[in-house]
Amino acid sequence: MGDQTSVENLSFEDALKELETIVEKLEGGDVELEESIKIYERGAALKAHCLGKLKNAQLKVEQIVLNQDGDVSATPVSTES
Amino acid sequence: MSDFFPSDRPASANLPELSVSELAGSIKRTIETTYDRVRVRGELGRVTIAKSGHMYADLKDDKAVINTIMWKGSVSRLPFRPEEGLEVVAEGKLSTYPGRSNYQLIADTMNPAGAGALMALLEERKKKLAAEGLFETSRKQPLPYFPKVIGVVTSPTGAVIRDILHRISDRFPVHVLVWPALVQGDRAAQQITAGIEGFNALTPDGPVPRPDVIIVARGGGSIEDLWPFNEEIVVRAAAASQIPLISAVGHETDTTLIDYASDRRAPTPTGAAEIAVPVRSELVQTVTAYGERLMRGLTQTSRRSERELTAVAARLPRPTALLESRQQRFDYAEGRLTQSLQAALLKKRSMFDQTGPRLRPKTLETSLRVLDDRVSQASRRLTAGLTRQATLGESRLATVSKRLSLRGDALLRETKDTGEVQQAADRMARAFDRQATRLEDRLSRAGNMLEALSYQATLKRGYAVVKSADGQLVRDAASARAAQRMTVQFADGDVDVTTQADGAPPAAPKPKKAVPPKGAQGSLF
Repeated sequence: MGDQTSVENLSFEDALKELETIVEKLEGGDVELEESIKIYERGAALKAHCLGKLKNAQLKVEQIVLNQDGDVSATPVSTES
Repeated sequence: MSDFFPSDRPASANLPELSVSELAGSIKRTIETTYDRVRVRGELGRVTIAKSGHMYADLKDDKAVINTIMWKGSVSRLPFRPEEGLEVVAEGKLSTYPGRSNYQLIADTMNPAGAGALMALLEERKKKLAAEGLFETSRKQPLPYFPKVIGVVTSPTGAVIRDILHRISDRFPVHVLVWPALVQGDRAAQQITAGIEGFNALTPDGPVPRPDVIIVARGGGSIEDLWPFNEEIVVRAAAASQIPLISAVGHETDTTLIDYASDRRAPTPTGAAEIAVPVRSELVQTVTAYGERLMRGLTQTSRRSERELTAVAARLPRPTALLESRQQRFDYAEGRLTQSLQAALLKKRSMFDQTGPRLRPKTLETSLRVLDDRVSQASRRLTAGLTRQATLGESRLATVSKRLSLRGDALLRETKDTGEVQQAADRMARAFDRQATRLEDRLSRAGNMLEALSYQATLKRGYAVVKSADGQLVRDAASARAAQRMTVQFADGDVDVTTQADGAPPAAPKPKKAVPPKGAQGSLF
């Protein structure tokens, strides 16, 4: 368990995995009450973190443009085309 | 030249004489007109691509060889890399090269001869690349669950990119970078390779974000159309990609070599989008569901703890219950205590009742009388004894004194010293006095003893002597009523009391038991 890692620094995937682990652990019923409260709080933070990451999803399409020097840049593309 | 013609055909004077160039030109025209468009199937022999970009090759079968040329422009459009031994179908026109008395096939298209041949080529190449380990499962990278940026290498126009964008938008809108590339034709392989390598060359903190996953996609087509995705450079670039790569070329039944080298093969471009991004709504649901399970889990845990506590608490006796058994024991003991106390009391009482009646004043009186008698007797005997002793002593003294007188006279006579006689007489008188005093002391002690044995001892046992003011013994209630003031004598002292005029019980509480009157003893003194 990545208890040391701050929730904010976790990727969505890691956060979700840890959340899953916590849920399973909690549902397993082997956790003592005090510990269960602790991991519940962690789980709640992970959940909020995950939902936060899911919230700001927006489609943005850019096309790569190569100039004469071979430098790469990106220009927005209308998704309506 | 005419020598070469059959002799039966005589040289005709009207046969125009041609220059070599004229003839060569004529042949060239004839061939080019006659074989304006040919389709030839053969095996590629020696293949050379010159620096100019033109390709020179031999097209042959088991009996003949035709020089084949492909100009640079056509070579670049070749869907495959021409290799020696490959059976191809070439299309073009025949022409001649007058300078070398040579005719040749100017091919503008060339394709491997049929799918079978291409497949054979594909198999061969696949074996070679597999031998290098490019298709190893161990090389496969896991795809990110949640990519922020997706790089797509494909044609910027057409249905493929539209399908991908739509599907990504539907599932999980993210940032998509499109690397435009031809996906068909001779330049396709190079551009696709450039796209894969270009995405990998991006730095995470550069102006263009580095994709978390790459999709290389193309729509369906013939095996020839899809051929760029079988090219070594493309396959190698895909295998070398540090960014996880999804290949989505053609339809599900089409398999190109990039599919073996990619980290994941998608059946279609749309499928690639589905692999690349999860469905956001499902994720929201998943996370939300986890949140609910989390809450339930905590509730369960706390409920279980509560149950355990209750169970333990149930086994824990109630404080009152703890007291109850002791209370019961106490009550029982208390009951028995009262009972046994009463029983003991009853027993003592019965013992007392048995002994009480026997303890009457008469009993005491009897014993006192006996004692009294013994004292009186002793007194009498003492007096008699003393008298007797005194009489005896007197008579003995008289005798001794008579003898002494006689002796004294004799002595006086003998010594004539009256002083000695006088001395002896004095000693005798002193001896007598001492003896008398001793006897007197003994008598006094005996009297005291008698006193002690008398009522004083009785007083110590709790009796009292009541006397009137004039010192007379008060023996009954009547005399007590008559006497106004009385003295009650206890063993340790006297108390003065007054009697009530109305005949109430006297203050002296002590029993008026018969006490040997002082007078009775006084007889002795």
